[in-house]
Amino acid sequence: MADFQTPEFREYPAVPNVLVPDATAHLSPFVAKPNHQEQLGFPGELVDNWEEKAVDKMGDLLSKYRGLRVYLDSCVKCGSCTDKCHYFQGTSDPKNMPVARQDLLRSVYRRYFTFAGKYFPKLVGARDMTREVLDEWYSYFHQCSQCRRCSVFCPYGIDTAEISMAAREIMDHVGLGQKYCNEILGKLQTVGNNLGLPGPALAATLEEYGEEIEDDTGLPVKLPLDIKGADILLITPSADFFAEPHIDGLMGYAKVFHEAGVSWTLSSHASEAANFSMFIGSYSNMKKVAERIRDAALELGVKRVMVGECGHAWRVAYSFWNTLTGIGAGADPNDEYAQKLQKQLDPSVPQPMHICEFTHDLIQKGKLRFDKSVNDERVVTFHDSCNVARASRMGDMPGGQFIIPREVIKACCNNFVDMDPETIQEKTYCCGGGGGLLTDDLMEIRVKGALPRMEALKDVADNRGVNTLAAICAICKAQFAKVLPYYDFPMHMLVSTHQLVGEALVMTGSEQEKELLGEDADEAPEAKAAEQD
Amino acid sequence: MSVLYALLFYVATVLLIAGVGFKIRQYWTTPAPLKIPTTPAPTTRGGVVFRMAREVLLFESLFKGNKWIWLFGYMFHIGLALVLVRHARYFMDVGPVLTFIQPFGIYGGMAMVAGLLGLWGRRIVVERIRYITNPSDHLILALLVGIGASGLMMKFVEHTDIVAVKIFFQNWMTLNFGALALPSDPVLMLHLLLVAVLMIIFPLSKLLHAPGVFFSPSRNQVDNPREKRHLAAWAAELDK
Ligand code: SF4
Ligand code: SF4
Repeated sequence: MADFQTPEFREYPAVPNVLVPDATAHLSPFVAKPNHQEQLGFPGELVDNWEEKAVDKMGDLLSKYRGLRVYLDSCVKCGSCTDKCHYFQGTSDPKNMPVARQDLLRSVYRRYFTFAGKYFPKLVGARDMTREVLDEWYSYFHQCSQCRRCSVFCPYGIDTAEISMAAREIMDHVGLGQKYCNEILGKLQTVGNNLGLPGPALAATLEEYGEEIEDDTGLPVKLPLDIKGADILLITPSADFFAEPHIDGLMGYAKVFHEAGVSWTLSSHASEAANFSMFIGSYSNMKKVAERIRDAALELGVKRVMVGECGHAWRVAYSFWNTLTGIGAGADPNDEYAQKLQKQLDPSVPQPMHICEFTHDLIQKGKLRFDKSVNDERVVTFHDSCNVARASRMGDMPGGQFIIPREVIKACCNNFVDMDPETIQEKTYCCGGGGGLLTDDLMEIRVKGALPRMEALKDVADNRGVNTLAAICAICKAQFAKVLPYYDFPMHMLVSTHQLVGEALVMTGSEQEKELLGEDADEAPEAKAAEQD
Repeated sequence: MSVLYALLFYVATVLLIAGVGFKIRQYWTTPAPLKIPTTPAPTTRGGVVFRMAREVLLFESLFKGNKWIWLFGYMFHIGLALVLVRHARYFMDVGPVLTFIQPFGIYGGMAMVAGLLGLWGRRIVVERIRYITNPSDHLILALLVGIGASGLMMKFVEHTDIVAVKIFFQNWMTLNFGALALPSDPVLMLHLLLVAVLMIIFPLSKLLHAPGVFFSPSRNQVDNPREKRHLAAWAAELDK
């Protein structure tokens, strides 16, 4: 299958790894081509005096991001984070220990920005900005999925994700970018989604899915595109339009919207929830990408903006959209930019809203009916996505992001089991493919990084009969679809959360409803009419 | 010698206050443009104060991360806090509270050294922590152990004339240069020297974690990005 070994399952629960220095030093992703770089406003290739430029950029970031400054100063090398990273657990490479990863950058920070590093570099492990250091950055800052697991266990909340983002931003600015992220961002900024799927093709695809639902339910369920005056604008990862099991999740949202009787639309201009600019730490690109959504919301005149199943996209939406684009509430009265949009959006509901919040709310109000028995052959477990778990929220209380998706799943399945508490909720393990690592040239680190999640899954599969893994993120789904077979799990055990919803939902007037009502329904006039069709 | 020490402490005090003041100002004035609390996070200011209090007083996250590091780290810090309070007697009149605290200060001193030795031991024995250790990390431990051990020695082995020390620092504080006289006791001299060194390196080293923790956006931000638009000045420019 590949020229590396899938890691063996360790004794469960895992014992600390013995270090294997440079175990994954050979891994680094393809470098961005000049045109990918230039589209995003970065130099096409490594600039001449890049050492100096890199240090300057670091200084610039230090003056703009308090977090970076505090994190670089505060680490006491206590070691609490050292065994917390899934990439470390899967590779045993010491540079994949979060603090060691930070030190790759901290050593340079100390050399150029601190008294101790300027005058006593050896003493404090300070290093000059050299080619060797740059290559090490390129390798190991692309072995971090920015999952923030390490930050949970750090006494100062030091977030290695922030350090990785800064490192990637510096590398982009000296002309050394990552192909996968930067190429995709180029497509997103020109066509409107990561796939480069143009509007007409999208429209045709959506129509097809509508027909599929109609065949199944007998109801004219539509997936509308570019409808002016719709109430809800749904922003969902473009993987929902073509990948499995993402599509089934998309059809689940469509059914929920239809059943709720709301008017909604997708946008061809903003047909992407993903915003990889976060992965490369680029504020300006992140804003530019998010502004497509703002523009679509203004253009279509919607009252609400909603987000489909995606982890980092939900982080950007929940935590950053208000800052970046004004999609949210509570802007200063003099803040014309944000007010323009916030006056249009419905202030009585959270903006933006996650699709799970929407579905959960309908369930709570008793507006959705489920036939749980259709999912009876499933024993379901749920994978908390890192960005949802540790960088966002759902509902109105802290931790709602753990409760709401589980409540939604339990409403449509009778058998739900959680994985080991050390591996879920705020301690959840990354799928192994987040943070811009979801590319074939990084397959080895993706498979190895999935180890802790796969171990926890194996535990419940063997001991509790779990046969279904529900995910809530486009990246997790794509990653698991590739990685499950390496660990001898069947690929079809993976489902979208709203796939479970869609399967169990009994829509008013649908074939499923008739079946459920059994013989009584046969006497209903619509049923007879349907039969004659 | 006494005058030299007095000068040393003036210099150390100025450097400590100026250095830490500079860093705090720097942290304070650097914007945090995005909302990045590690969630689940409190949704109110009060909640954040409570979270920070648990972090600073109980080392909550460290407890989640590693029980041994927590135990030794906690012993050291609690011990240090008690010792610092005990030492207040050199700088002010001893009231009932200080009198009450005195014996705890001694236990604190022992806990402090024991905790430090525990941390140091792990730094040497545990492979992962050894890997991330720089020479400076050993030196800071050595410095702190040196301070603790020399302090304990003066209590249990070689009593020094603490009344004379108190008078020295009272005069030092009131800038009374004529009457500066420290007992010429080598252990005391070492103790004070190491303390001065610690004060000087404080703002230049990882000891900055003490003010740093209060400025960590992953811990001190309120989780309310949907309710309120959070905007840094440099980021607001991009709206135009
Ligand atoms: S953010 Fe996640 S991937 Fe990156 S170092 Fe921390 S634990 Fe590892
Ligand atoms: S837990 Fe925090 S302070 Fe401790 S080594 Fe890791 S990053 Fe440094």
